[in-house]
Amino acid sequence: MIAAPSGEVTLLDAVRIALAEEMERDGRVVLMGEDIGVYGGAFKASAGLLERFGPKRVIDTPVVEEAIVGAAIGASLRGLRPVVEMQFFDFASRAFDMITNFAAKHRYRTGLGVPIVVRGPSGGGVQAGPFHSQSPEGYFARTPGLAVVVPSTAQDARGLLKAAIRDDDPVLFLEHKLLYRRAKGTLPEGDGIVPIGKAAVRREGRDLTIVTWGAMVPLALDGAAELAREGVEAEVIDLRTLLPMDEGTVLESVRKTSKALVLHEESRTLGVGAEAAALLAEKAFEWLDAPVVRVTAPDTPVPFAPALEAAYLPGPATLLAAARKLAAY
Amino acid sequence: MQLIRSFEERSAASFAEGRSPGTCTCVGQEASAVGVVAALREDDLILTNHRSAGHLLARGADPGRLMAEVMGRATGYCGGKSGTLHVSAKELGVILTSTIVGGELSLAPGVALSVSMKGGDEIVTCFFGDGAACEGIFHEALNLAAVWKLPVLFVCENNEWQAFVHRRETMLTDDIASRASAYGIEGRTVDGNDVEAVLAAATEAAAKVRATRMPFLLETKTYRLRGHFEPDDQGYVDKAELASWKARDPIAALRASLLESGALTAGGAAAIERRVAERLDAAFTFAADSPWPSLDELTTHVYA
Repeated sequence: MIAAPSGEVTLLDAVRIALAEEMERDGRVVLMGEDIGVYGGAFKASAGLLERFGPKRVIDTPVVEEAIVGAAIGASLRGLRPVVEMQFFDFASRAFDMITNFAAKHRYRTGLGVPIVVRGPSGGGVQAGPFHSQSPEGYFARTPGLAVVVPSTAQDARGLLKAAIRDDDPVLFLEHKLLYRRAKGTLPEGDGIVPIGKAAVRREGRDLTIVTWGAMVPLALDGAAELAREGVEAEVIDLRTLLPMDEGTVLESVRKTSKALVLHEESRTLGVGAEAAALLAEKAFEWLDAPVVRVTAPDTPVPFAPALEAAYLPGPATLLAAARKLAAY
Repeated sequence: MQLIRSFEERSAASFAEGRSPGTCTCVGQEASAVGVVAALREDDLILTNHRSAGHLLARGADPGRLMAEVMGRATGYCGGKSGTLHVSAKELGVILTSTIVGGELSLAPGVALSVSMKGGDEIVTCFFGDGAACEGIFHEALNLAAVWKLPVLFVCENNEWQAFVHRRETMLTDDIASRASAYGIEGRTVDGNDVEAVLAAATEAAAKVRATRMPFLLETKTYRLRGHFEPDDQGYVDKAELASWKARDPIAALRASLLESGALTAGGAAAIERRVAERLDAAFTFAADSPWPSLDELTTHVYA
């Protein structure tokens, strides 16, 4: 086991550290993906790992998303623990069948798990256009048999990725590319495992609950700081794992605050946020003092032009306006 | 081969009587299944497709447990949760039966990668049809297996039909094995209705894969004598074509050849049919008498 470096690391560093630590710990862990070896990954998540672990464990692939995920599933059924990089998580659509049918349903059909991780960058805000900026978690988070994880801090990126690699079932691990170099933190000593399926209360508050994940977490925290100056104490819940959703943490918070705002970057309709809202309607109705509010991207593709993308992404003004209205309800 | 034929015909009859769900049979393709599987070692691994009963039975699957899975019973290979055409049987080295055309091609290189990384000398056999050879994953998988130097014996059972569309309408070439050269690997086409020819070709191909740790594309030319699924009146099938292939029935051909050479007597042939019938009587009774899965199974094994 290698010690985590002291001092601050980025979320991207944390991903690389988690991969290296797990490869060091378990010889069954192999990496597969496009440009992950010699080039070190499009975002450098695997930089240096080819040199360290060799080409048998850090495998550059052709541009064949279905075949990569398929190969990972096949290898996992014979004892390996493959971690696949989708160069952009948008491209997982080319492996949709492999993920939702072959990985997700194998245990149900046969009793045998498929211990693979499919990880990669998701999310917008970097002017990467409609095919490189999506938040596709909602496509997958309604597939029984998968876990869907989106870390928002460096500590979680390491701890959750390590948990994902050790998991006996398929885990999708979406790393928000905007946070890669912006989210920084100090890693804990030891394994620092963060369990899948457990949300984090990032800020405590009594007046309203903001339920969110990914790059919206720092937005929510900034918003909560602003609201505090106005006398409104917002509690911020970072779901971290979208499937299975940590119902207990969400409900406990809303029971306390009686008001809930769901904030997310994926488009509005039929996503994880809608599920969170449904959860609250079903199980928190008696405690709610106001309708559940959603602050989301609109139901459009992610636009390319900077001004359009800025308008697409939920920002501080939209969030604060919605939160103030909710607080005053 | 007789066991496979009779199993499939009884499955079809059982469906017609309303005792089991519809299924896709491999009637007519028995020589391909038996010839290839007989060329493999017990520790070799298999991935297959929706016409898998032949591969499974040739591999030694218990027809009772197989039929139980077809009927969705708790005693089936997957406890009745996977169903007809979806059997995986780890104890037989059958990793996957994919009903999504081409799924077997997607996983096969990974299974072989695992074998290679562990330093074993097993090989991986992947059965698919001419329909799957039209999927993009055919290219991805063969190319990946070639560049990664993986021990995969790709077996294309070219049965001339892609559900209800004739193969001729889906490709301009007749031989799928000719595509092997595009990936820098070896390929060969063999008469898939001649079990001895299949066995010889598969034995040679398997030996090459085992020795070179490189993939090989073997094409067995055969014919789907029954419809795509049960029921299917085959109204879309050219009658002369069907008749010409029925005249080349692989089981009838083998029986005639063995009788002629004296390796089999008429009495011996009858005894085989009787043994198969008895075995299947027991198997179908076992399946039909087996319990349904417990309702608790609904929510088990979704995620550990």
